[in-house]
Formats: sequence, C-alpha cells, structure tokens
Amino acid sequence: MTATDLADAKHAAATLFRRKRMMCFGIPALIAAYLVYIFFAFDVPGLAQRASLDNALTLASDSWSHKVHVTRDNSSGAVTYSVEGERKGRYPDGQRPDWVSGTETLTIDLGAGHMVRYLPGGRTEIALPDKPLITAQSEGRRVITNLPDDLPDWISASDRRVTITTPEGRITLTGARTEVFNYFPGWELFWFTLDSPYHGQSLATILFGPRLDPARPNITGAVSDWWHNDMWRHKDVAWAIGETILMAFLGTMGAAMIALPLAFLAARRFSPLLLVRAATRRLCDFVRGVDALIWTVVLARAFGPGPLTGALAILITDTGTFGKTFSEALENVDSKQIEGVASTGAKPLQRYRFGVIPQVVPILLAQVLYFLESNTRSATIIGAITGGGIGLMLTQAIQTQKDWEEVAYYIVLIVLMVMLMDWLSGWLRAKLIGRKE
Amino acid sequence: MTETVFGTAPAPAAVERIQATYVAQVQRRRLYGGLTLLVFVLLMASGFTVADSRNAGGFWEGLHQIGDYPAEVLAEAWENRAELPGLMAKYLPALIETVNIAAVSTLIGAAAGLILSLLGTRGLARWPRLIPLFRRLSDILRAVPEIVIALVLIFVLGGGPVPAMIAIALHTAGALGKMFSEVAENADLKPVEGLASTGATWSQRMLLGVLPQVAPNYVSYTLLRFEINIRASAILGYVGAGGLGYELRNAMGWGQGRFDDAAAIFILLFGTIVFFDQLSGRYRTQLSGGAGA
Repeated sequence: MTATDLADAKHAAATLFRRKRMMCFGIPALIAAYLVYIFFAFDVPGLAQRASLDNALTLASDSWSHKVHVTRDNSSGAVTYSVEGERKGRYPDGQRPDWVSGTETLTIDLGAGHMVRYLPGGRTEIALPDKPLITAQSEGRRVITNLPDDLPDWISASDRRVTITTPEGRITLTGARTEVFNYFPGWELFWFTLDSPYHGQSLATILFGPRLDPARPNITGAVSDWWHNDMWRHKDVAWAIGETILMAFLGTMGAAMIALPLAFLAARRFSPLLLVRAATRRLCDFVRGVDALIWTVVLARAFGPGPLTGALAILITDTGTFGKTFSEALENVDSKQIEGVASTGAKPLQRYRFGVIPQVVPILLAQVLYFLESNTRSATIIGAITGGGIGLMLTQAIQTQKDWEEVAYYIVLIVLMVMLMDWLSGWLRAKLIGRKE
Repeated sequence: MTETVFGTAPAPAAVERIQATYVAQVQRRRLYGGLTLLVFVLLMASGFTVADSRNAGGFWEGLHQIGDYPAEVLAEAWENRAELPGLMAKYLPALIETVNIAAVSTLIGAAAGLILSLLGTRGLARWPRLIPLFRRLSDILRAVPEIVIALVLIFVLGGGPVPAMIAIALHTAGALGKMFSEVAENADLKPVEGLASTGATWSQRMLLGVLPQVAPNYVSYTLLRFEINIRASAILGYVGAGGLGYELRNAMGWGQGRFDDAAAIFILLFGTIVFFDQLSGRYRTQLSGGAGA
C-alpha cells in the first residue's frame, strides 16, 4: 500500500465520519426544530387556557360513579328522586332512597355528617361538620341565604343561584328548584331499572327464589328486563356492536372478492396487455387515494346513514389496497410450481388452480384477516361519521356531555370488541394457514 | 408405511387401500371446503340483508344515485373553476395542519413504540419480568380506536389539533410497538452480548447493538404508519379535531353544501394522500432493497 493510497483511505474515512456525525446530530436537531415549530403552530402554550379542568374532573368521577338527584320543586313543594336526574331513572311513587327520611321536613343524609334538610315553604338548611349552619330561602326567582360575602372556593353564590360542593355530594339552589346530588360508586341500574321487579334482588333469588313477577318465570323475565333496560339500552348496544363488526366483515370480504380478479389483471405475469394492467393499477390507486372519509361522505349522500354505507366505504377503499397487495403477491409466485403443473399437460385454468392459487392463498388470507381486525377499528370511526354502529352511540354519548358512565362502558366494549376480532383473526389465520406469526 | 410399500413390490390390495383412503380424504376435504364456502356465502348474504335493512336508504334504490353527488360537485366546481386555485390556497393552512398532525403523531408514536418494543422483547428487555406488562400495554393502545381518545380529549382540552395528535400518537405507539418487537425478536444478540461484555449500559446496548440492525425495518414501518396517519388525521378532523376534515364538514354542512369548497378540499386531500403514498412507497422500496426486508 503506497502513501497516496493510505492518504486516500484516510480521507475517505474522514469524510465518512463527518457524514455520520452530521447525520447523528443533524437528524435529531431537525426533529427537535420541527417539534418546536409544532409546539407553537398547535398553540400548545394556549392549551392551558382552553383545557377545562372541571370537564376532566367530571369525566374522571362520572365514569365510574353515579349520582342520585333529590329535587324539590320550590313552588309546588313536590320532591322527586331519580338516578342521574333522568326520567328513566326516577324512583316510582312512594319509594325513595333509604338515606332520605322525614315527611314534613325531609332530611337528606349525604354521609359523614353532611345533612341537608328540606323544610316547608321553600326553606333549606345545610349542616356541614365543623361549619356554621347554612340556611336558604327561595323567593320567586331569587335565593336568599345567610352566606357571608367572603366565600370559600367550594361555594359559588349569586342571588339567583347557589352551588355548594362537598366531598359527599353537591347542592344546587335556585329560586325554582333545590337539588341535592348524592354520589355513589358503580354503574347504577346497569342490570335492572327501578321499575323492574328484579331490581335490588340478588342473583341467587332470581335463579332459585320464588317468582318475583307472577306473569313470568324469573330467568326469562330477568333476561328480558335486562335486555330492554332503558338506561343502558343493552339491546341497542348489542345491535350497534353487531353492526360495526358487520361493516368490517362485509367490507373486508367484499373487497377481497372484487380485488382478486383485479389483481390478476394488474399483475404483469398474468396480464399481457400493458394498457389493461396500467388501467387496473391506476383504478386501484385512485380508489385507495380517495380514502374512506371521502367515500363515506359520497356514499352517505346516495344510501343515507347506516351500516351499509359504512360497509361500502370500507369495501371500496380496501378494494384498492387489496388490488395492489394481491397483485404484488401474484407477481412473486414461484414459476417452478406452475411449470411442474404444466408439464403434466394441465390446461391454463388448471395451471392457475393448482400452480398459482395454492401459493398465494396463504398470503392473501393472512392479509384479509389482518384487515378484518383493523377494519373493525375503521368501522367504529366510520360509524361515527355515517351514523351506524357503536361509533355513533359513543359520539352521541360524548356529545350529551353527561353520560360519562355510558361513555366508559362503550369504550370498554369497543376495546374488548377489537381485541376479540384481533384474537379471532389470529386464530383463523393459525387454523387456515397452519402457522402462527 | 411408505418404506415397506415402496420398498418391495406392493400387493394389489395395499394399492387399492391407499387409493380408497386417498379418494376418501379428497372427498372429505371437498366436503369441508364446500361447507366453509356455503357458510361464508350465507354469512355474506344475510349480513348484506341485515345491513341493507338497517340502513336509512336501501342499496338498490341508492345504487343509481352514487354518481349524483360527485357529478353535482364536479359540475359546480367546473362552473367555478376559475375560483378553484383560490379556494385551494384558502384551505392550504388546514392541509398543512392535517399533515402536521400526522407527522408529529407518527414521530412521537414511533419513539414511544420503539421504547415499548425494546422493553417488551425477550432477550432485550430492561426488566424481563415486566415484558408481559409492556406487551399488554401496547395491545391495549393498539386496540383503542383513535376516535375514542380524540373525542374524550376534545371534551377536556377543547377542539384543535392537539387532541387528534395525542390520540393518533397513542394508537401509533401501540401498533408500531407490536410490529417493532416482531422485528426486534429476530435481531442478532451477538452485538448486544459483545457490548455487554465491555460494560455498556442498557441504553448503550440498545442504541449501538440493536438499533443499527433493525433501523431499516423500523423506518419502513414508520413510513407506512405515516401514510395511515394522514388518513386518520383527516377523519379525526371531521369529528372536530381541526385540519382539512373539519373544513370538509363545514363545507358539507351548509344546507345543500358549498360544492366548490368541498371539491377543492376533495382535490387537496386526494392529492396529499397520493403524494405521500408515492413518496413513502419509494423510500420503502429503497430501504427494503438495501436491507432485504
């Protein structure tokens, strides 16, 4: 090795090192600069103002608990008890929670020494431990209280509306209504609503005990009451999940069936005409590029909202994807097997059947099954746009901004549904292809 | 069985027996295949009927109307074609926002997925006992659809790109975490052991021993995710997270809809998706050509 060679090699090595160093520092620096740009472009500093801590707290507490409203109409003096303040959750006449006592004067025991008393004539007394007694009088549209001007942060008061938040519950007073919210952990009325005879009964009583509803056997009655539960709508939820899975199934399988012949047209091996090949490929690219969002919007105009629209949107988008990936798989088939089949005197169709199909089917099936799982998620999202399935129920529940326990329930169901489909597609893949990835 | 049968001249009875079993086997396979096909066809047909009956409009009534809306949009866009470039310029910021959401969430998601995958792969994990924990974590992140997290975060954080970004990043972390760890499982452990023998820390072992082996595959998967995330970002915009999807919803929501606006957005979205698909597709072939992925 001469001195010049050595110098060249040294120089090359030095350049290489310089380039590597540039890459090592340059790329992270670029990413960091981009993140800084995003930080300001997305207005992350302003997020603190827009973010609502109250919303977060409501969400966090409501998703695993429920509240029972004790509401007094101050003009008539009538008191109603209902779960979550909903008509469907109202206690039947003559029934009330056991933490409410008294007839003329109602005493509501929120627990831990927190008492609220509804007195006749629109008067309310609130006794909190280690605090002076708060009294309030509703007059017309105003609320008159003995609260001092200097209020702690758990009380907000104007002469129209007073809200007192305690660890045990919340009290809202307006001229027209006085309301107490008592919080309890758990999803209330998940099994049976209050009007069902099975509410509050233990499982053993329902299974083995005497007939609770003379008209029906216990088990049938209980199942039917649970299925038609107005609060949680188990029947609608089951249908919605079924719709979502149906969208994914119809879309994926339909797309695979349409894409298979297209893939043959697009693969160089099987389609000698350049024009046909190019046209098929462009069609697939176009259909894929338009994307499920636009297809959903366009199809919803023609078919209206519902699961069929979602299924068709998935079908059309995935036809493009499958057309592309299937044709790639077809291009990569081993020609030895086809030649072998041809050497036995097989006709073209037989060559495809015994030479090509056995090679590609495992690859195609694996792809289709993978998409079945991923489309379950897409179907949830498309459902939120086109109005079908569990996606729509979730969006509606979030938009009402109060049924957070239902939102939590739907989220759990969605995650379980996707995991089930994931497991199912893995199981089918192992069964049909015979090897586990 | 084959040894004895093929070794000596087979007795005719044995041949017949083999033939009979073979035919029986073929028939059974055909029967199973036929039954599977029948079940499949039944599922498809009944599924279609159910979906059709639960849809607002029927399939056969709607079929001939598919072209109506695109035709109206295109016709109006063609009439106002002079304004189209202006409209497209108007929606350019929204487009940039959509692409930005996808890019940032892919970056953050890939970084999180990288860590999840290394912590959840046998032989590489920092804390081998916690492998199941990290695997389940990425399973759950993967299973939650972006829209769920996005809608909840929109309620808490208000509208805008940040909820969508977080939602997509979380899902990406789970999805890439799984794919990355499949790649990392096949990584050669010798460099790691070599580095360990020099006293390298865990992060040094990963950075110098594992990452150079898996980087081409990782980058390739990340690019593929970026394509997917652009679509996801547009869709999340439609439910209120900002960007092009949000503008599309507004354009569609005005009574009959402002068709020229909608057309401009359609074109922008289509162009962007195709552009980034092609771009990332080209890089991915390069990467897999170089690394034999």
